[in-house]
Parts: sequence; structure tokens; C-alpha cells
Amino acid sequence: MKLLLPLVALAALAYAPNLVSDYGLGLLIGAVTYVTLANGWALFSGHTHYVSLATVAFYGTGAYTVAVLNETLPYPLVLVAAAVIGATMALVVGLSTLRLAGVYFVIFTFGLAELVRQLITWYEVNITGTLGRYIFLDVTARDIYWQMLALGAATIALTAYVHRSRLGLALRVIGDDEVVAAHSGINLARSKLIAFVLSATILTLVGAVASPRSVYVEPAIVFNPTVSFLTVIMALLGGANRLWGPALGAVPLFLIFEWLSSNFPDTYPIFLGLLFIAVVFALPDGVLAGIERLRASRKERTA
Amino acid sequence: MTDYNRRATLRAFSLGLAAALSVSASVAEAADDTVTIGYAVARTGPNATGAGITTIPNYELWVKTVNEAGGLAMPDGTKRMIEVVEYDDRSSNEDLVRAIERLASQDKVDIILPPWGTGSNLAIAPLMDRFGYLQLGVTNVTDKAPEFVERWPRSFWMLGGGHDYASGLVEMLSAAHDAGIINNEVAVVSVADGFGIDLINGARPAFEEAGFELVYDESYPLGTSDFAAIMNEAQNSGADSFVAFSYPPGSFGMTKTAQSMGFNPKVFFIGVGGAFPIFPGIADGKADGVLAIGGVNADSGAIQEYFARHTEVVGNPPDSWASAITYASLEMLEQAIAKVGVDNDALAEELNSGIFDTIIGEVKLEDNQLRDLWWVGQWQDGAFKGVNPADKEGAADPDIPKPEW
Repeated sequence: MKLLLPLVALAALAYAPNLVSDYGLGLLIGAVTYVTLANGWALFSGHTHYVSLATVAFYGTGAYTVAVLNETLPYPLVLVAAAVIGATMALVVGLSTLRLAGVYFVIFTFGLAELVRQLITWYEVNITGTLGRYIFLDVTARDIYWQMLALGAATIALTAYVHRSRLGLALRVIGDDEVVAAHSGINLARSKLIAFVLSATILTLVGAVASPRSVYVEPAIVFNPTVSFLTVIMALLGGANRLWGPALGAVPLFLIFEWLSSNFPDTYPIFLGLLFIAVVFALPDGVLAGIERLRASRKERTA
Repeated sequence: MTDYNRRATLRAFSLGLAAALSVSASVAEAADDTVTIGYAVARTGPNATGAGITTIPNYELWVKTVNEAGGLAMPDGTKRMIEVVEYDDRSSNEDLVRAIERLASQDKVDIILPPWGTGSNLAIAPLMDRFGYLQLGVTNVTDKAPEFVERWPRSFWMLGGGHDYASGLVEMLSAAHDAGIINNEVAVVSVADGFGIDLINGARPAFEEAGFELVYDESYPLGTSDFAAIMNEAQNSGADSFVAFSYPPGSFGMTKTAQSMGFNPKVFFIGVGGAFPIFPGIADGKADGVLAIGGVNADSGAIQEYFARHTEVVGNPPDSWASAITYASLEMLEQAIAKVGVDNDALAEELNSGIFDTIIGEVKLEDNQLRDLWWVGQWQDGAFKGVNPADKEGAADPDIPKPEW
């Protein structure tokens, strides 16, 4: 039963493009993209409490990989290449930085996105002498949707698996107290690194899969820091350390942003700011935790 | 945090949301006797500055002008009011693409006006093509326009390419060099962005061919705010001509730095932003003699009228590069609709083949592109005037050497 419901939902979502308009499909792509991003982010950050703002560093790298390779390699191989590049980058970055904790880690990850962007810019300006790149791929919106849906489903399945595995347990202990974790024999570096690489690979793939939607790629366009912030706030709204938390946060927030930007193009950033404050102030542990607390207090009252 | 606080927050928040909902409930349905025109432009994010100066004010000014005159004239002699559907693309291509899908498949608007920026226009081009819409793109500078027209036959490219602007500048400097006013040394800087790179790639061979020597040639990252080092080296290079293929923040920063360090090259050329109405203020009232991308025929009555009306309705004058062309593109659209109606295929055909009477004069497109453009302009007596091509109607004579700051 616990497995049946998600599978039915997945089948329904896979069939959905036949029922909706092009705009409806665009909404589905956007929602599934952010669900996958938030889940991928939570895979590492949810339990360890290491707040990473590097989402767009990987997302943008994925998009850039497609832009560079789309004319030389067949599409499936391009995706494989993106995954490999994302994983390698995460490995290098992870090895050198996962010692950082707290605010140092947050700042580093934010800087990472900027570093990657400037490196690519420097390379393009000084070596290749062009900056914008074009993606002329014969991938339809439906294809992108199905690919993203498959990636999202795989991410949630992977999260479910990790939650039950020794790795998940290790990450939870690390999130609670690193010193305790080290003393109880958990290999801190290895656990964090595995989770970070898994998470980064997914984020890179999201960027790669989404990239054919916009024909033109430029560092300033694909390394947009808003993506990192939205991902964090979505995962936090739902509850980053729960299996369905990120999805529960991403879908409503995505729809609210869409609604705000079409109805209040002028004042939308104000509502956005208020919304962020409301999320952090009123639901610091996420919606799911909030509901549980509410239930618990009600039970107490009736008892 | 106490429970009371949290409850109060939630209450305040839900109240705010309810208020917001009630305000928005009045979006009208498209009626048959109107022409619905949709656009998604950047109201927020990094593209908002450019869109807010060049694109949005002209869209609004045009719609207001047309509707005040009773609406768009149709081929059958009737008039139909314009109804606008507008979205914010948040400067994100992903959101922009979705907004276009929404305009096409949900709102089913008659015409979609293009967003601001080369990247944005390219991002939506395949979609516009698939949905069968005409794309009257203005604010996109690309050398690949002929290729794109072949790929998307209903797409239009009305601001030229990097090579055009670079060659125009070199042509003007060559004339000054031949007249013995400037030496053959040029110091050039370019912003490390698609636009800056396009221009410098076009400029290098053109300068070389004309016998100029690039004694200083550096790029700087987008977002640079301290130009002292760059300007110092340019000054020490001994070049008579300083050329910057820059974006507004860089154009403004370099102008101020040159003034404060007393750098007085005979030719001072900057990129985007030089033609903005705020530039004389930035230059502390000493804008005269500064060369920049763009230009208008400042002596034309139609342009003067347009500037006056823009100032009156929008609250500030337009920029002297893409604004007038944006407005002219809308006038062309208006005249094409009067001839063939709102069928997008017929409109594209008419726009490419017709001759139009606009504020920038008589316009005839070539292969979906506007080629009759100003490449270089100069501030003269407080107005930004087109100086190159020198044989274009209304061209002013370039004032070289520039007077000292």
C-alpha cells in the first residue's frame, strides 16, 4: 500500500501531458523540476543540516555541459557526461571543504556558484572567444517533462533508500552532533562525501535535462543564484529531513510564485519577501513537522 | 518565539493573502471586439533595468496612444481596442518560456510582443515559431540574425550585430585618423559578456585592417565597479582613442573615473548606457563630445515629438538607441495590422515586404532585419545625435577631439 500510492501517482503524472495545454505542461515541468531540485538538495542537507547554496553551481554546470556537447555527442551520452562532471566536481569540492561547518560552509557554497561562473566566463572569453552558446536539440517539452519526472521519481526513491540505510543513520547522527558521530565510529568524511556527491549529481542532471528549454546559454543566465535560494526555501517549507517534505514545499511555493508573478508583476517581490519571513517565522521545521506538532497538542488537550 | 507570536503571524499572513486574492479577481476575459496583445518582460531581476528603460515604457506608450485614438484600425475599416496581458519573467528564461506558453495556449492572445535582451529573444524563438506567432524582436544584438531568420521565418531582428557597430566605429575613427586628428593607437576594453565579446571580436580585425594598433586590449568581468586600474593603463598606453564595449554600470563608472583622474583622450567611446537620458547627469553635465553606441536623428520633428510625448507620459525621456526603434517596430505592427489584420503569418509577410512610415523615418526591412541603423552617436549640445553612418539622413559631424572634461 505504501508503495502503491506513489506508483499510481507517478503513472498519473506520466499520463498528465495528454490532458493539459502547453502552459499546463510548462507548469508541470516547472513543478517537477523544483521538486527534484529540493529533493536532491535535501538528500545531503536535510539530515546533516549543512545548508548548501551551491545548487545553482551544479545546475548551471549541467546546463553548460549540454550546451558544449550537444553538437558532438548523442543526447543520452551528453546526460551521462553531465552526471560524471557533476559527480567529479562534487568529489573535488567535497574532499576539500566538508570540514567546514555552520556559516562557513554556507558562505563557501554560495561562493562556489560564483567561482564556477567566473571560471567558465574566463575560459570562454580568453580561450574560445565566444560567450553565448546555443542548444539546438530536437527535444520536445514532453520529452523534458518525462525525463524530469523519471529523475524526480528516482531521486525520491533514492532518498527513501538512503533514509533506511546505514548511510542515512550516519547522516542523522552527524546532523545531531558531529563529535558524538565521530566517537561512535562513523566515518564522517566518507558519509558526508557520499551524500554530497549523490546530491550534486542529481542537481547537475536537473540542469542538463532542463537546458533544452532555453535555446541560448550564457553564464549569467544559467548561474542565477535565485535557483539556489528557492530550492532551500522550498525544502525548508516542506521539511528537509522528511521523504515527502521537499515535494510538499516545492509544489505549492512554485504555484504561488507563478500566480504572484502573473497577477502582481510589479509588487511580486514584496509578497515573496513576506512569504519567506512567514515560512521561517511560522514554520521553522517545515509544514509536516508543524502538522505533527498540532496533532500532538490536540491529543494532549483531549487526554 | 511564543505561540501568540506565531498565531499572529499566521493570521496577518492569511489576511494579506485574502486581500491580495480579492484585488486580483478582476482580470477581464478577452472579448471578440478587442485585439489581445501579450508580453512577458522582466519587471524584476537583472534584466529589469534594460526592460524598464527600453521595452516596457514604449509598449505602454504605444498601447495608450493607440487606445486613445479609438483602437487599432483593421482591414475592414473598423477599430478594435488593444487589451494587454502582461507577465513578469523574473529575468529567468525558464519563467519566460512558461509565460510564453501561457500567453499562447491559455490566454490565446492575438499578438505576442518580444521580451528584452538577446538571450531572452533566443530562448523563446523556437516556441514562438511552433505556436505560429510573429516575433518582432528589437533589443537583440546578434551577428547570426540571417541564420535565425532561416530557422524561424517569422522572427525579426532589428538592432544589427556586434560587427556592424564595431565597423561603424572603426570607419569613423579612420576618417579622423586620415584627417590627422588622432594617432593610430587605440586602447580598448570590453565587458566579459556575450555583448562585449561580440563587439571586440568584430572590432579587432576591423581596427587592424584600417591600420590601427590596439596598444591596450583587456576584458573585465561583468559587475566590476572599480575602473581606476583599467583607466590608468589606458591613459599610460599613449593612445588617442579610448574605446569601451561596456554595459551601463561600466560605461558610467569609466566616465566618472576618467573625469576624476583627468584622463582626456581625444576619442572617448562607451557602450550601452552612453545614450541613456541620465548620462549627462552621470557625466556631471560634461557629456558633450562623448561617443557611444546608438543614436537618433535629433533634428527630425517626429523624433522630437516622440521624445516630448515619452517624457510627458512615462515621466522621463527615452534612451537614444533602442527606444525609438522599439516604438517604430510597434508603429510598423500597427500599420501592418491595418492592412492584413491579426493573422500572424500574413503580418510577418507584410512586415518584411511593406514600407512603413515611422518616427525613425521610412522603414523597409531586409530579410526580416532592420539594417538602416545608427552605429555611433555623440553627445552634442546636450542631445545625443547619430554620427555614423555618416551618409545617413540627419547624421551630425563627429566632434573630434572631444573637449576636455
